[in-house]
Amino acid sequence: MATERDELTGAETTGHEWDGLKELNNPLPRWWLYILYASIVASVIYSFFVPPIPGVMGVFETTRAVVRQDIELARDAQSANLERIRLASLQEIRDDASLRDFVYSGGSSVFAENCAPCHGPGGAGVPGYPALVDDVWLWGGTLGDIHDTIAYGVRSDDPDTRWSEMIAFGRDDVLNHSEIEDVSHYVLSLSDTDNDREAALRGEVIYAENCATCHGDAGEGDDLLGAPALNDHLWLYGGTLDEVISQVDNPKHGVMPAWHERLDDTTIKMLSVYVHTLGGGQ
Amino acid sequence: MFKHHHFVERNLTLMSVLILITISIGGLVEIIPLYLVRSTIEVVEGVRPYSPLEMRGRDIYIREGCYTCHSQQIRPFRDEVERYGHYSLAAESMYDHPFQWGSKRTGPDLARVGGKYSNEWQVAHLIDPRGVVPESIMPPYSFLAERPLQTDDIFDRMDANIAVGVPYDESMVENAMDDLFVQADPWGDHDGLLARYPKAVVGDLDGDPSRLTEMDALVAYLQILGRMVDFADTAVEDLEAMR
Repeated sequence: MATERDELTGAETTGHEWDGLKELNNPLPRWWLYILYASIVASVIYSFFVPPIPGVMGVFETTRAVVRQDIELARDAQSANLERIRLASLQEIRDDASLRDFVYSGGSSVFAENCAPCHGPGGAGVPGYPALVDDVWLWGGTLGDIHDTIAYGVRSDDPDTRWSEMIAFGRDDVLNHSEIEDVSHYVLSLSDTDNDREAALRGEVIYAENCATCHGDAGEGDDLLGAPALNDHLWLYGGTLDEVISQVDNPKHGVMPAWHERLDDTTIKMLSVYVHTLGGGQ
Repeated sequence: MFKHHHFVERNLTLMSVLILITISIGGLVEIIPLYLVRSTIEVVEGVRPYSPLEMRGRDIYIREGCYTCHSQQIRPFRDEVERYGHYSLAAESMYDHPFQWGSKRTGPDLARVGGKYSNEWQVAHLIDPRGVVPESIMPPYSFLAERPLQTDDIFDRMDANIAVGVPYDESMVENAMDDLFVQADPWGDHDGLLARYPKAVVGDLDGDPSRLTEMDALVAYLQILGRMVDFADTAVEDLEAMR
């Protein structure tokens, strides 16, 4: 087809005409064209090194191998500290000032990802999920206790889990409603919280017969049974009369997952020491 | 090259056919190998179809648009693997239609959220996210606990999944309605369900054992995510031989 030039601009036209309109055939900018050609060359080279065909391996390793090597490299860099943690007892780790920074930053980042959603940022606690910054512990606050609670969980599906369940005194008709109310007043009196003196006196006998075995004669609790102390002002499920009554009537039971399959032993050790340092480790 | 341009441009039918051919070549070259090559999907033990309750939970997950903020794909990068766990495999979503890989993380990745938190936490968090995670910006989904789960269409839903290739077998279909209810029943007999759907989380899921709610379904779904494959039994080399 003979090239035709536009009279006004002097540029070539495509030779097409639509209702008297003609299209100019201006060349694409050089720089743009060169980038296009370079991209084509690069794609050929790239597909040789990293073939886009499933099952055909290229020169480079897969991202899956790379990530494994990345993690191995990171572990190698930490290996001196990790090995010391692996061999040391929890108490030795706690006492070792030279490990403190490593354990604290490792423990806190694992805590933020895995523990903070329930126990709150920094272990401040959320209603229904125990605070870890105070010195009150449901299942014991020694390094070993904390370690076992993290590793095996509480009422989890792990065979070594910590387990206890309070009787549902109301739901299962062990106590009638007025007895539950009386004993709840007595429970409040243990921590000098506002209560009805007369009801509390009636509740004392009921408490001694039904509650003292686990929660202790003076409400001091028993961390072997996960029975919370009732003589402090800390309440897992609330400390108003209604909330205490509801817990006696049909108790809620918290569940903590077992972590020993999700986190490795060294990480759990760091986490245990970190939690122990949060406030009230025993 | 431009000799027949004129002809093609003035012949709409011909142009349509040529466009179709051109686009098909591009598409087929990308798609067909994935169906033919065995190594596209890893061979791993443990991946099974969702139990009826989990499948309904997945439906609700999709209905509520959870995927717009949560991905379900742990990429093979160190930061992701160290945070969330083993990188995701193609095999883990082979029965997902459609998959929930997602492309945006406003919230965290959920590919391995199963078993990470208790049922009680999942329920409390869905009802009032800021009640347990103060810095969360997730909207509350408290209505899920109020809404009874629609159950009468479970067989249709099983059929639909079978039609797109999910291998529900005869006994799974037969027991679908029972399985749907028994999974969230703390006093039910779970042996049959667990034989058909190993590792399913059973019991009182939403804190209200008296009825089956959408909350039950969603929690059942969240609690199975990422738990089907046992990575201790999976050879690393087999996984790394794939791209």
